[in-house]
Amino acid sequence: MAKNVMMLMGDEAIAQGAIDAGVSGFYAYPGTPSTEIMEYAQHSKDAAALNIHRQWSANEKTAMESALGMSYCGKRAMVSMKHVGLNVAADPFVNSGVTGANGGIIVVAADDPAMHSSQNEQDSRILAQFALLPIFEPANQQEAYDMAFAGYELSEKYKTPVMLRITTRLAHSRAGVELKPRLKQNALKLPENKRQFVLLPGIARKQYKTLIANQAKFVEESEKSPFNRYIDGADKSRGIIACGIAYNYLMENYPNGCPHPVLKLCQYPAPKKLIEKLVKETKEVLVLEDGQPMLEESLRGLLDRDVKVKGRITGELPRDGELNPLFVRRALGMADICGAPAPAIVAARPPAFCVGCGHIDAYNAIKQVVTTGYEDGHVFADIGCYTLAALPPFEVVNSCVDMGASITMAKGAADAGLFPACAVIGDSTFCHSGMTGLLDCVIENSNVVIFILDNSATAMTGGQDSHALGRLQAICKGLGVDEKHIRIVNPLKKNHDEMVQVIKEEIEYKGVSVIIPTRECIQTLGKKNKKGGE
Amino acid sequence: MKSDIILSGVGGQGILSIAAVIGQAAVSAGLHMKQSEVHGMSQRGGDVQSHLRISDKEVFSDLVPHGGADMILSVEPMESLRYLPWLSKQGWIITNSQPFINIPNYPDQKAVIAEIEKQPKHIIINADELAKAAGNSRGMNMVMAGAASLFIDIPQEKMEGAIQFLFGRKGEEIVKSNIAAFRAGREFAQKKRG
Ligand SMILES: Cc1ncc(C[n+]2csc(CCOP(=O)(O)OP(=O)(O)O)c2C)c(N)n1
Ligand code: SF4
Repeated sequence: MAKNVMMLMGDEAIAQGAIDAGVSGFYAYPGTPSTEIMEYAQHSKDAAALNIHRQWSANEKTAMESALGMSYCGKRAMVSMKHVGLNVAADPFVNSGVTGANGGIIVVAADDPAMHSSQNEQDSRILAQFALLPIFEPANQQEAYDMAFAGYELSEKYKTPVMLRITTRLAHSRAGVELKPRLKQNALKLPENKRQFVLLPGIARKQYKTLIANQAKFVEESEKSPFNRYIDGADKSRGIIACGIAYNYLMENYPNGCPHPVLKLCQYPAPKKLIEKLVKETKEVLVLEDGQPMLEESLRGLLDRDVKVKGRITGELPRDGELNPLFVRRALGMADICGAPAPAIVAARPPAFCVGCGHIDAYNAIKQVVTTGYEDGHVFADIGCYTLAALPPFEVVNSCVDMGASITMAKGAADAGLFPACAVIGDSTFCHSGMTGLLDCVIENSNVVIFILDNSATAMTGGQDSHALGRLQAICKGLGVDEKHIRIVNPLKKNHDEMVQVIKEEIEYKGVSVIIPTRECIQTLGKKNKKGGE
Repeated sequence: MKSDIILSGVGGQGILSIAAVIGQAAVSAGLHMKQSEVHGMSQRGGDVQSHLRISDKEVFSDLVPHGGADMILSVEPMESLRYLPWLSKQGWIITNSQPFINIPNYPDQKAVIAEIEKQPKHIIINADELAKAAGNSRGMNMVMAGAASLFIDIPQEKMEGAIQFLFGRKGEEIVKSNIAAFRAGREFAQKKRG
């Protein structure tokens, strides 16, 4: 191949794009489907040679803030996270619109329509719109790569952070990507306006006006963006707006080209003139979005006026879930093509603990104590491999809401009088958002038992290092948990009786107890052994 | 030429090594390729699939459309049936016969095989056994890749070149034994197809 082409997943294309566009730092907390951006940067020899920062942060908020600090110094930063991670980072994210950027910042939000590995399917474009920031939404791997370049350029031109929004499908799908010549990293250069990042009300009001004034310019950029394309068609009975990856599903159904005018829309705020043209020239507009009907809603408006808009709201497409070629086909009014249905004997195969996982032994002990000794025993769990105990054969988990919520929900339940109130949280999740909740418990000496399952890894997302490594006991002690009630156990079958005893004792103790079952994840252990053996 | 393949199995069985071999061969043959994978929660012993699309024309969708797959290539028999809605009328099911039982309600094995045999075009292989016979007890995936290769319009040398390319780093021995497993699968499929 004469051209410099690599086979890359969407996530990898974004990371390679950032490296080639002169990024100086990657910041992230793992989360499907965004994880592979940081992992790619960590494994990249180029990134190592260029001395690019590429280490995990404690959570998405600390990642976003570190990226802002890098930008403050005039350098380019990329911060990546899954959609719910953006909620955690929402405070610095929204405020970064008001401070603006110095060096370019790209915030990558990886959404998960259909909730393949998530608690919800919120659409990050809406948060970027809320923060008044431009959005790039690639239709394919090549655009994902190219948008790193375009993103930094726009970010520095207007001194604003930009969002790069993808969905699971693109994140984890591979295709050929043609690389561009690499740009140099920016030199350290502090903000010209010394007050740019000082959001005191008087300053913030001024900066906010600048952000608002920029909106028209952002629209202008979208009008002429090479990623937004108006492709005319002879059949004006319908116009189609295809956002991001939805464009592919449209074209899949028209192998010889679409007969209707199409607006391929991959950069926002929405290009008003292009949309006006499509609306004027066609009888109705079908909007294809892989996510929430953000554009459809804004076209339709509150009053459902003269423009005929179809999409997820009107039922041409399902209101929720991921788009695919079949759903788009139906929305276009074409007949289904479908193979035979799966025979009835095909059983569901939900995910499960790995054989030999320490979480199994920990839950066996927890379940025995909580369900046999106490009628009201509830287990507030959190997010990680250990959430799988909500499924058979354990079915011992009563909640899983957002990272850190186990400890604080147990606290609230204890406040309400529930006894015993147990929380189960993983080591990585604890460092992400559990520590502050534990401090709340300590301050009030709440009657809770908190299990921190320490498997030396962020296992659910593929076994990344955990910030907790070797620090859990010291953290709990430092937050003020009584040393006598920080109990370390080794979750093995042979230690079952000992674990049961420890749990009983700590439930009976009226105050904050922390039990730390400590044994490494089988998967990360296996990988290490394999490496050592090679 | 176009080859749309649904690869299926159970998280942890390593279907991605098959996707890597076929995908690499497609790229070296100068074809367009898109391949989507499942990462995340399902990898913990849940059902996983990969959509592999190869064509001499531009490939748009990362997903194989329903009713559009030329092949379901499965390393587990029940999993091959899960994706029937994606299989085209002329499509092949090529599956390993050895079940991966990690759920209490796994159906009767004979009934599973009977369902597969109802499909007009199918090849059922005991890939675990063939791999062992080829001297590569961990080569089940390469046996399946070999069987599939017969139905994909890419020269055999390109496929074997892809194995060399992907496993060369691990040493000549590994490459050789993977190629042996690959050939065993291909020969078996050849006999079955007639
Ligand atoms: C805000 C947010 N960020 C990231 C994730 C993705 N995520 C789900 S589980 C998990 C890892 C949990 O690790 P740990 O708590 O150590 O538990 P383990 O999986 O190792 O048992 C992550 C990062 C998420 N669901 N929410
Ligand atoms: S990946 Fe690790 S923590 Fe998760 S289920 Fe498997 S052994 Fe347990």
